[in-house]
Amino acid sequence: MEILKLTGITQEFGGLRALDSIDMTVKQGQIYGIIGPNGAGKTTLFNIITGIYVPVEGTIHFHGQELKAMSPHKVAKLGIGRTFQNIRLFNKLSVIDNVRVGSHAINKSGFISDLFGLPLARREEGQIMIRAGRLLNLVGLYEKRDEYADNLSYGEQRRLEIARALALKPSLLLLDEPAAGMNASEKVELIELIYRIREEMKLTILLVEHDMNLVMNLCEIIAVLNYGRKIAEGNPEETKNNEAVISSYLGVEA
Amino acid sequence: MEAFLTQYIDAYYLRIFVLIGINIILALGLNLITGVTGQLSMGHAGFMSIGAYTAAILTMQYQAPFWAALLAGALLAAFFGFLIGIPTLRLEGDYLAMVTIGFAEIIRVFFLNFEPGGKAVGLYGMPPNTTFVLVWGIVIVVILLNAKLLDSRTGRALYAIRENEIAAEASGIDTTRMKVLAFTVGSFLGGLAGGLYAHYMSYIAPQDFGFMKSIEILNMVVLGGMGSIPGSILGAVILTIAPEMLRIVADYRLLFYGGLLVILMIFRPNGLLGDVRIYDIKKRWFKKEVG
Repeated sequence: MEILKLTGITQEFGGLRALDSIDMTVKQGQIYGIIGPNGAGKTTLFNIITGIYVPVEGTIHFHGQELKAMSPHKVAKLGIGRTFQNIRLFNKLSVIDNVRVGSHAINKSGFISDLFGLPLARREEGQIMIRAGRLLNLVGLYEKRDEYADNLSYGEQRRLEIARALALKPSLLLLDEPAAGMNASEKVELIELIYRIREEMKLTILLVEHDMNLVMNLCEIIAVLNYGRKIAEGNPEETKNNEAVISSYLGVEA
Repeated sequence: MEAFLTQYIDAYYLRIFVLIGINIILALGLNLITGVTGQLSMGHAGFMSIGAYTAAILTMQYQAPFWAALLAGALLAAFFGFLIGIPTLRLEGDYLAMVTIGFAEIIRVFFLNFEPGGKAVGLYGMPPNTTFVLVWGIVIVVILLNAKLLDSRTGRALYAIRENEIAAEASGIDTTRMKVLAFTVGSFLGGLAGGLYAHYMSYIAPQDFGFMKSIEILNMVVLGGMGSIPGSILGAVILTIAPEMLRIVADYRLLFYGGLLVILMIFRPNGLLGDVRIYDIKKRWFKKEVG
């Protein structure tokens, strides 16, 4: 079953064509990787899916629903969680509060019930707390729940971003270079974590990554972008042997 | 209670206590906008003046009950806060600050030419309905509701906007709505404090609510620590008392006042209580015990 379908996505920044009619279909439960050299348009594609940019042309369907021109918070409410290439945590909030903010989308308590601590707010607070604790356990940050987010190490911050994104109970999780800046053992843990959250939460995962090894190990389908065009798509084996990919990205073997 | 207080406490001190209370309400209102949500507003005195004039005109010229006049003043201020909140959707930082300064100036000039408001002379002879007990009763309620709000889904969303707006949006927070909400509630408190002030001083004039007053309120929030409720309270207390204490240096008062701010900001750049959390205190205490 298709969960996300992009057709003819085109984006321009002041005459520069960042994305050129991209078609892409992500199926339920897949781990789908997008690779490509710097400036190929990978992050731009993420920003289009999550509503930060409105594409010049093309349509985005999520569970059959049109996402184009929908603001980012509405996209989040539909169940698309994301992390950022350059980590964007709430630095001066505690680790657990970062995750608690993440659950904003799935709760309802509004200004009045929050102001007076009405039953709705109190009931939700309890659930939010329990869920946040569980998610922190999952990414191995429970012990650090009261630290400020900016006191965490780089790898921990990346994992906290994942926990925050999971807090909104996404059905699709977008990871923007989740392994950037991680050392080898952290990367192994990350792969395990991604597999685990997919199983436990029945997630579909779309990720952008530079680390070839990680992508080849983790992803079931890989799309290759170059200069805003999709030049290949297929399973890791096919992608590795695709000539266009080799010449433009992997480099020609001597 | 009131009679007891006036009998046993010197009128001068009582007056300072009342002004501290009013300033706490002002500071907590601005704290919500600037400290918590991170939207730099430099026109809080504008909202205060709307509340002050509205309440004063209602009690004097329409013989409205005091509580109704207070509420009306606060609500009108909240309405203007709502209006001012709308440009914040497009503006940030310095630009927003300019808009809020401009807004407060427009309000001031409006009252300077406003016939029912006594023009430059201002209004005097409001019934002195604001009492110590009333002010501090309201202060306590405002503090409690503020604390409740900030430790809730809404409160965390406001902090998240200050920390990272894009990430807040990606977490499903309607940042537009939340920012307008912060402005509306913050200005409500500003208007409420204005109404109390008018009925305590029994005299208001446009120059009471000028740019310097806005800066004074902003100082309380920054000095105490952005986003911290105890911080804003402490800031309001210190900056209300400081000018009184500094009477001993007479003409050099403002010099010392400015110097005090500079020194405090050098040693506590995040404000006095800006980065103080119970958790950290506990941790430090615990470590000492172990070592």
